[in-house]
Parts: sequence; structure tokens; C-alpha cells
Amino acid sequence: MTVPLTHTSRMPAGPVVKGKLSRDDLIMRGGMMVIALYLVVTLALPLYAMLSKSFSTYRFELANYEFQVSDESGEFEGTILRASDLNASTGAYTATELSAGSDGRLGVTNFFPEFSFRSPVKYQIRNTVEDGRFLVGSTLHDGTEWVTLDSNTFRRVQLRPTKSTGVDNFVNYFSTPALFNSIKNSLWISVVSTIVTVTLAFWFAYALNRSCMRFKGLFRLIAMAPILVPSLLPGIALVYLFGNQGMLKELLFGASIYGPIGIVIGSIFFTFPHAFLIISTALAISDARLYEAATSLRATPWRTFWTVTIPGARYGLISAAFVVFNLVITDFGLPKVIGGQFNVLAVDIYKQVIGQQNFEMGAVVSVVLVVPAIFAFAIDRLVQSKQVAQLSARSVPYQPNPNPRTDRIFLIYCSLIGLFIVGLLAVCQFAALIKFWPYDLSLSLSNYQFDKMDGGGWGSYFNSIKLGLLTAVAGTSIVFFGAYLVEKSNGFKMGRSLFQMFAMLPMAIPGMVLGLAYIFFFNNPNNPLNPLYGTMAILVICSVTHFYTVSHLTAVTALKQMDREFESVSASLKQPTMKLFSRVTVPVCLPSVLDISIYLFVNAMTTVSAVVFLYSPKTTLASIAVLNMDDAGDIAPAAAMGMMIFYTNAAARLLHLLASKGVLQRTQAWRNR
Amino acid sequence: MTQTNPSGEPYLSIENLWKAFGTFLALKDISLEIIEGEFVCFLGPSGCGKTTLLRAIAGLDLQTKGRVLQDGKDVSNLPPSERDFGIVFQSYALFPNLTIEKNIAFGLENTGRKKPEIAARVNELLQLVGLPEQGKKYPAQLSGGQQQRIALARAIATNPGLLLLDEPLSALDAKVRVHLRHEIKELQRKLGVTTVMVTHDQEEALSMADRIVVMNQGVIEQVGTPTEIYRDPTTLFVADFIGEMNQINAVAGTSGRIKIGEAEMISRPHNFAAGTPIIAAIRPEDVIPHGDDALSPGLTDEISTQENAFEVTVDEMEFLGSFWRCRLASKRFGDTELIADFSINAVRRLELGEGKQMMIELPDDRLMAFDRNEATQ
Amino acid sequence: MKLKATIFASIAAGALAATSALAETELTVYTAVEAEDLARYAEKFNEGNPDIKINWVRDSTGIITAKLLAERDNPQADVIWGLAATSLLLLKSEGMLEAYAPAGVEKLDPKFVDGDNPPAWVGMDAWVASVCYNTVEAEKAGLTPPTSWKDLTDPQYAGHVIMPNPNSSGTGFLDVSSWLQMFGEEGGWEYMDALHENIARYTHSGSKPCKLAAAGEIPIGISFAFRGAKSKAAGAPLEIIVPSEGVGWDMEATAIVAGTANLEAAQTLVDFTVTKEANEMYNSGYAVVAYPGVAKPVEHFPDGLLDAMIDNDFEFAANNRAAILKEWQSRYDGKSEAK
Repeated sequence: MTVPLTHTSRMPAGPVVKGKLSRDDLIMRGGMMVIALYLVVTLALPLYAMLSKSFSTYRFELANYEFQVSDESGEFEGTILRASDLNASTGAYTATELSAGSDGRLGVTNFFPEFSFRSPVKYQIRNTVEDGRFLVGSTLHDGTEWVTLDSNTFRRVQLRPTKSTGVDNFVNYFSTPALFNSIKNSLWISVVSTIVTVTLAFWFAYALNRSCMRFKGLFRLIAMAPILVPSLLPGIALVYLFGNQGMLKELLFGASIYGPIGIVIGSIFFTFPHAFLIISTALAISDARLYEAATSLRATPWRTFWTVTIPGARYGLISAAFVVFNLVITDFGLPKVIGGQFNVLAVDIYKQVIGQQNFEMGAVVSVVLVVPAIFAFAIDRLVQSKQVAQLSARSVPYQPNPNPRTDRIFLIYCSLIGLFIVGLLAVCQFAALIKFWPYDLSLSLSNYQFDKMDGGGWGSYFNSIKLGLLTAVAGTSIVFFGAYLVEKSNGFKMGRSLFQMFAMLPMAIPGMVLGLAYIFFFNNPNNPLNPLYGTMAILVICSVTHFYTVSHLTAVTALKQMDREFESVSASLKQPTMKLFSRVTVPVCLPSVLDISIYLFVNAMTTVSAVVFLYSPKTTLASIAVLNMDDAGDIAPAAAMGMMIFYTNAAARLLHLLASKGVLQRTQAWRNR
Repeated sequence: MTQTNPSGEPYLSIENLWKAFGTFLALKDISLEIIEGEFVCFLGPSGCGKTTLLRAIAGLDLQTKGRVLQDGKDVSNLPPSERDFGIVFQSYALFPNLTIEKNIAFGLENTGRKKPEIAARVNELLQLVGLPEQGKKYPAQLSGGQQQRIALARAIATNPGLLLLDEPLSALDAKVRVHLRHEIKELQRKLGVTTVMVTHDQEEALSMADRIVVMNQGVIEQVGTPTEIYRDPTTLFVADFIGEMNQINAVAGTSGRIKIGEAEMISRPHNFAAGTPIIAAIRPEDVIPHGDDALSPGLTDEISTQENAFEVTVDEMEFLGSFWRCRLASKRFGDTELIADFSINAVRRLELGEGKQMMIELPDDRLMAFDRNEATQ
Repeated sequence: MKLKATIFASIAAGALAATSALAETELTVYTAVEAEDLARYAEKFNEGNPDIKINWVRDSTGIITAKLLAERDNPQADVIWGLAATSLLLLKSEGMLEAYAPAGVEKLDPKFVDGDNPPAWVGMDAWVASVCYNTVEAEKAGLTPPTSWKDLTDPQYAGHVIMPNPNSSGTGFLDVSSWLQMFGEEGGWEYMDALHENIARYTHSGSKPCKLAAAGEIPIGISFAFRGAKSKAAGAPLEIIVPSEGVGWDMEATAIVAGTANLEAAQTLVDFTVTKEANEMYNSGYAVVAYPGVAKPVEHFPDGLLDAMIDNDFEFAANNRAAILKEWQSRYDGKSEAK
């Protein structure tokens, strides 16, 4: 009766069963394609346009010009001279001199060593190809017919470069010390700011998580405040504090706040909340049992700190370091305001594009800036994935014990940090209310008359709110729906991992780079999306894309906590997935949905870098107004507008808090037993 | 392999199913028929492919090769929404933000039913699962067992032809689990719905199923009623996985005989050629204890097969409540000890104690022979 | 040709009028003129030309120039009204401007009109470089007021002078270009080398140095006169100094974008921009306008400004711009953080 079973353990050849796609599958894949396409159009294509722009060069093509020289009586005997041959024989210009920017000009008299503008000799010049170009004075000649000029006019001839492709821009960049010095400067201030911020934030987070000092809630609130203002606002406060007319100028002992000192102090301010949040999370999850073990082994607190606390928080520290580094190196507003003569990459992009209309060089600097940003981003992702693994281990939360002495020290320390943050904000508010610092210290609201200043006036404030709301609504919908599709659809592995990659990419792309890439892509007249350029829509698109990654990760985290089988149950009950999405998924994830909205709103209100290239006179923004008013020297109104952004964001936060509570109470009764 | 098919047309047929995850084969050439109204359990250790098979039947994870036919219709490549089944998961997967009523009504909406009709059906289902007053509550306000009953109610709300249960009871504590076993079985019988349940708990399978499909490493080891599976395992894996089983290295003799050490014993008939190394197997409760007088004929304690009786020493005794588990040493087995479960009665009658010598018998119809190669696989 | 176009246009206009009684032409006008002035300009123009509607696109000089250059192959603008002549020269050298001699152009100061015939652009008003000098802070620092550009290289002003970066500011560039024209190429760079020693820092915008001087942040700001007058009016303790060697200047100018679909209306608008009436309008913000005899003195404007304006060679400035900026950058931008 017992027969040994023999199973064929090799699968027979032949076709694999191909599942028929349900209507839901089609809808979900279709949706995913649409959102993936959105990311391609708003991210990949613009970046590609930028990259190709960085390789687009201008050269003087001497082979395309021909000359004739007459005798003293003005008669031409007919010898045709090619400019390239002339250059070869005279050695007038080297190869590097022949590579130029789009606005390059090349004089022609150097080709003729015997040239004199007083001579009666006449000259003829022509292009040999249709798209050749030269100027006589400021008049463009692009035809192939001969142009006859007397000597005096001939010296006003300038050749124009033609477009080609190559690495000339990069060569040019790295041979211009003024430009590539910025790499060193950017790295330098980023590293210094990172070390200082992470150290300060660590002890602040440590005090909040590991001590029994008072006012923890208040300190937590204060630590998060800088997130609500544009990164350039601390710069303005620093001008009032440490500028030449500054209130505390003496504290710098003659050093200038304009430069690395100002950038670093301001960077500490605006990156502090980011570092604090990450480190605080890392400290909150550490295991109390390790401390019990350390105590039972009679380890000194100092030893415990180095053997338990630091290793436990190391992923948080590393992650915080790279996030801060990335924020500082890609920030544009702060060095613009307080950087003085200290050039950094992000400001270089702005100077190249806005100041010199040298888009090609702007693209080159962007490419250079993307490298460290992507590097920092990649390391951060790597570390984050390790931290998740650490999190999943069940541990006992640490409960600090009161220790009056250390608690007092921590209270003093946190108060100092709190004073720094609140102080800078208070200085801005104070400056905004002073009539004419430092000559007329009476209080006045005249700095709030934004309509009398550059930057778009009160209209830009309302535009910003509009942008914030639109970004929050559109962004949350796109991001959450996209995350849902990629998390919960069946099969289609390749497409889904590709989508994930696209969703992570925006975080690595600095705002300046994104904005510039948008110019190249959307401002191309051949692009069917060209009409978007200069509208509110492109600002919304840019903001959504710029802040896509964090929103996406928030959504994915929330969705991962949903039972994986909801979709299966719904399918077995023959209900459309979209019904499940709207009836169950969205309501259950509502807290996260609200978190994403407020994140997008606040960031759209404060961002400068991504939109500085994209706003139009009709869509000026409050954050840009801060920048432009400061740029024009209207520093007090800039501070006033910056504080308007602060109050608006604070109000939005408060509203978000209330709304979350209300919504939770109403729709999420199921949470409370 | 033997497959005892109850009479009747198959409702669900699985034909030569394969499932590959990369190079790993999770299902290898699975064929199975399930008839209408039957309660079938897929039983096996974790990773054996039972859940994969269930998900293939549901269309949640499509098989790589092979066909699935339900009610005469080829559903092999249909998405779940175009198949006819209800499903209950280990996690219950109740929608947390919807009330119990709305959870149950979820599948009834958009089906042309009117609101009062839906409400009536929901009430009926709540009665059926014994939770008539709980409709307005949220899932989190119910106990685990109650939630599982709601999940069941939701799954059967639309009268599906097939009910799939994926480890439905493993998240519950022991008492609730035993209680729910009966309820589910009762309900299934009342509704007559064809049911497939996946479990790794043999007790659950034995007590609930009409037929059990024992799976291991992507293949079906045996299909049969609970008694068949228990009494007549066809493979060493099944014998070992379900209940306890003594395994003794032996060599096949001529049909119906095996050699353990030097002694030849009578076993169930087998097909091994004489001299093949085999595993002899017997369940602890099938070992018959004999007193000192067992050798004298005419007594009730008579030995029926002399060849299968021999003397052992009681090495260790463990009291397990309703019986004693004894470890018996014998020269014949070398280092291997035989495990035998003796009733409290027998132990008292035979005055058994550790170190005592005694006579046992391995009844020939309970002594089985299995391929030794299978054990080393 | 012109006649033909007019006839055609009037036929077209008539046809349009037949279908829609409210037919009007819309012109897209790019400008860098202060936003507060735009409404006034349009209103004045519409008094005489109610059927042409102006759609303003306004931004700072750099951005508008960048925008126009970026749109070279597909221009969106019909007319440019109020953009730096230096920028218009760039556009002209790209062949982007439609040459047109507006009716009455001969009445303007020739300094304000493009040399070509017909001119590619026509000037409106000039903004002139000046030095904003904060008397209060200067006194605190014990400085004596400078009277010339050369004075500014005196060591007593070390760290007390601020000027715009020519790479990002049009005002900065006009200063640099004027020094090169006044002192010669070599002398100009020598002058800037010396001046660089006294510069506290270079700002991005042209008005900021004067505002910083007004706020006392840096006592001496190289900026432009109009800005200084405004800050002075706001109560800043400023003195506006016109250096004795002469001052650089740039003008706001008007041009038609080549390829416009609304040439007729564009010409009408440009005709208006050179009228006496229009120049009177410019005068409310600018002390120097293209129409001789129109300018009335503007409050707080320094005397003698008009005479101090150098004979600016715009062609030199435009054709050497790239080279000048490159040279400037390698001399002062690269070194600056080594200080």
C-alpha cells in the first residue's frame, strides 16, 4: 500500500498563465501611468532639458566667414580670404578664445595685422552659411551676401558664436576660479553648519527625551518654529543684530556677519527643526533595558552615554547630518541675503541666470550642485532603511529619572536655544515695526505698505496663500493617490519599482535646479505645455514636485499600516477598488492626509529656491517678495513680509491641529473604544 | 497515491498547478478535486504552499501554470472580482472606520439590492453568527472572536459558491478557538457552502474538515478524511506531521514482514523488495502493554502475534493527565527508545514504574513501513 | 508698403468692427518700469487710443531681458516699453527688434535714439549713476565727503563703500562701463582695483547700495540718483554726490518686437511714447528725459546731473559686455573671500 511518491520537480515548458486584468487593475494601472507620466513630465524631462543645456555651447565658427580687402582706391581685386585661414596664419585667437557664451562677440580687425581705421582700404565680409551671424555695430547680418564697409566701420564688426554641443561649458567652469571656488565654499559652510546643528540639536533632543526638566512641550513647539519661515528670514534678523548698525554688533568683535558666519548661524536656525525631529525620533525608540544593563554593570554615566546612547542614536545622527547638509548646500535664500562676497553654488546659479542671462553656465552650476545633493540623499536613504530594521525590534521605552542638577543644566541649555530661535523671530518682528532703523525708532506700520515696494505688494501675499492652498489640495491628491496605487495594485512589479524611484528623486534635486530645469523645459516654445509658463499652475506643479518625496513617504508609511487584505476582501465582494479607496482607505488615513496637506502648504508658503525662476508679475509670491525687497534694500518690509508668512503658517498649523482633532472625533470614532 | 473521492461531481477542480517565485517552486504540479458542499482543509507546516494554493484558487496570486475550474467554468486567469468566493483572513481585515453593519453590507451594495433588503440581510447574517445586537459598533469595540464572526458574515453575505478561510482562527486564544471551530463547522453545514480552509493546526483540521489535504514542500502528500489521514498515512511525512509516530530503522522482508535488528516482525503489507532499508513506524498509543503472565495462553492479556512481542525496560515515565507517556528501551532498537502511551488503568494494573521490565506488542495492523529515503530528504 | 498695410489693416478693422462692435487690439507689452507707474502710462495712452488694450508683463530688467532672449524663437511680446537700452541692444544684435522711426522722433535728443536709420529703439528717460552719502554715519566714522570717483579710492573709505555687482545688476554694469570709457580700458581696471580695496561688498541689486547707505549700514553707496532722491525724500540723512569726472547712465527705451502680429497697433503705441505728453509723464520719476526742454527739476535731485552724464557708447557697452563681466569676475569675485 505504501508507494513512494515521485514528483516531477521541474515545471513543464509552455506558456505561463496570464491573468486577465480586471477593470480595477486597468483603472489602477492607468492611474499609476498617469501619475508616473506626471512625474516624468514635471521632473525627468525638465532635468533632461537642463542637462542638455549644460552641454549646449557657443563657438565662433571661423570657417563660416569670408573677407575681401580692397586696394587704397577702394577697388576689390577678388581674392577671398576665409576667417579660419586668416586665424591660422595670424594666430589672432586661440581655440579656447573661440569658445564663448551665447552673448559672445569676436572682433575681426585682429585678423588683419596691417589694419588701420584711418586707412582708405575697404573691406567686405559675408557669411558662407545661412545661419552664420555677425554684427556691424549692433545690427545683425545673417545673410550670405557681401557687406562692404570702410575701415572705420569695419572695426565695429563683431562675429557672433553659433550653437553646438560639447563640454566647453564645464571646461570653462572649472577654469574660472571665481566659479569653482564656490564648490569649496558650499561644502565648507555645509559641513560646519551640519556639525554645529547636529550637535546642538542632539543635546536639545537629549534634554527633551532623557531628562525630567520642565516646559518640554513649550521647547518642542519653539524648536519647530523655524520650519514656518523662509530660510532667508534668519538672515534678515542677523543683519539687524550683527550688521554695521546691529544691536549686538560688538559681539562679533569686528568680524563681518556678511559671509560664512552669517550663513552658518542662519543655517543653524532653519535646519534646527529638521535635525531635532530626526534625532528625537532616534532617541525615543532606544531600549530602556540596555540602560538597566549598563546600570547593573556599574558603568559610569559617561561610559553609558558612549556605549549605549550614541550607538543607539547613530542612525538618527547620521541621517540628521545628511539632511542638514543637503538643506544647507541647496539653500539659496540665506546666502543671498547674508552671504556678502562669499559665493556659494546655489547663488551662483541665480547670478548666472538672472544677472547674466547665461543659462548654459547656470545649467552647469546646477549639474555641479546636484552631485553632492544626490550623494547626501543616497547615504541618507541607506541609513534610513537600516533604522527601520532597528525600529522593528520590540523594545521597552526609556523612562528618565529626575536629577535636579542635570535637569537644571538642560533647562538652561534649552532656554538658550529657545532664546536663539525666538530671539531671531522677535528681532524680525521688531524691525518690521520700526519706522526707519536706526534713525527713527518710532513704531509704525509703514513697513507693511507692501504695495509701495518691489516684490508685488500685498498681492504676492495672497498669491502665496493661493499657491499654498492649491499645492496642498492638488499635491495631497496626487501624492496620496499615487502612493495608494503603487502600494496596493497587483503585479506590474517593474512599473511599480520604477514609480518608487521617480517618487524618491525630487528629494535629491535642489529647488534652484528644479526651477531652472523648468525654465528650459516649459519655456521652450515648441513644448505644448508652454502656455503653463508664467501661470500659477506651473508654480503649483513645481511645488508639488519639489516636495513630492516626503509627502510620498508619509503616505506610503500610512498605507503600509493598512491591512494588506482590504483590497482582496473588496475584490472578493466584487466592489470597485475606488469605492474601498474612498470609503475606507482615505478616511482611515485621514490624519496622514492632513499631515501631507499642511506640510505642502507650509513649504509652498516658505519656498524661494524652486519658484524664484518661475514666478511672473501676476504670480509674485510672499517668499519671493521677502527676497526682492531685501534685494532692493527694503529690509524692514522684507522682515515684515517674512513675519506675515510666519503668522500665516502658524495659523495654518493651528487650524490643522483643530481640524485634525475635529475630523478625528467625527469620522474616526472607531479609534476610541 | 490513493485518493478517496467522495461521490459527486467536483465543484472545484485544480489541474496540474505550478507556482514559481523566481527559481523557487512554491507549488509543484498540484491536482485536486473538491465536491460541492465539502469542507476541505489544507494542512501543512509553514512554507508548504497551502496559502499559495488558496490564493491561486481565489485569483489573488495567479498560478504560473495549470488550471482552476469552479462550477464547470475555467477561472484560471480571472481576477478575484470575476470569481465567486468569499474570503476570511487571519487578520479579519474588517474595515475599521465602518460599523459592523456597514462592514457586512459592503459587498451587498451596488448589486441591485434595495436599502431595506440590505438591512434585512445584514440582520439575518448578524443573527446567523450570533451577534444580533452589535450592528452599530465599530470593529475595535468587539473581541477577536466576535470580529472573526463578523468577517465570516461579511464573506458569506452575497452567498458565494465558495468560502475560503485563511488561518481564520490562529490569531485567537485557545479557548475561543475551540469554541469557534464548532460554530464555523455548524454554520458551514447549515449553509452547505463549499469551504476551503488553510491551517497549520492539525487538531483544527482533524476536528473540522470533511477531507484534509496534507501538503509539504509544494506537493500534496495525501488527501483523505481525518480518520484516513490519521490511521493510514501514506507517507512518512504525513505519519510524522499528524499525531505522534515512533520511527525505527528497519529492513524490509518479504511482503508483510520487516526486520528490526535481528528480529523479524509482521507488519502491514508493503511493496518494498526484501532487503530495502525502511523506516518502521507505529503510533505510541498503538503499542500494547502486557503483563508478566501474557505468555500464558488463555488469559485476556493474550499476545496475538508472537513475532511482534518482546521485552522492554521502562526507562522514563511522564504523566500527561489522561495517560502515561513511557520511554521504553530495548536491545533490539539499539539507542532508539520507543515511545508508548499507556492508559492510567494499564499502568496501575501492570504496576509499571521506571526501571521495570515488561512485555509489549506492536500489533501487526498498526505497524507501518515507509521509505527510508523519504526521511533523509 | 506702409500705405498698403494701413489699407489692409483698416479693411480688416472694418471687417472686425462689423462682427463685433467692441473690437479692440490687445498688445502684450514687456516692461521693467516701476509697477506703480504702469497704470498711469496706460491710462494716458488710452486717452487718445481707446481701442488698443495694453497687457503689461513687468519684471526687473534682468528677468525681462532673460525672458525676451529665451523667447527669441517664439516672441510673446509685441512691444517693449521701458527697458534698459543696453538690454535692447542685446536684443537688437539678436535681430529681435523691428526697426521703426516713430512719428516725431526727430524732435528727441539724438543721444536718446538708436544710431541706425530707421532706429531699432527710442529712448524715454535716463537713470544716472550717483553716490549716496550718509552724512550722519560718515561723520561718526570721521569721513570727508568725496567729490570724485577717484576720491573713493582714498584709504579713509576702506570698508565704507558699497556698490552693485555688475554681474547681476544693470546699474553695476553701467558704472563699470562708464569707468572704462572715462578712464580708458587700462585706467578703468586700475581704478577698479583700487576701489575694490575700499568696497565692503557687492550687492545683487542696483538700488540696494543707496538703501543701505540710507539705513546707515554702509555710509557710501554707489547707486543711481533717482533712488537716492527717493530715500532722501523718505527722511534718510543722505547727500547725493555727482562725481566730478562724469557719471555713467543708461536709459529706458522703447522698441517693437520683430514679427509681431499687431504691427499697426505697436507702431501707434511707439508713436505715443515719443510724444511730448509721454515725456512729461516720464518726468515725474526721472529728471532726465529724451524730449528736450520737457524736464522739470525733480525734488532732491542733485544739480548738474545732466551735464555730468558722459557721452555713453552703448554699442561699446553691449559688444564688450561679456568680456567685461568675465574680466570683472576674475578680478574681484574670485578673490573676494580671500580677504
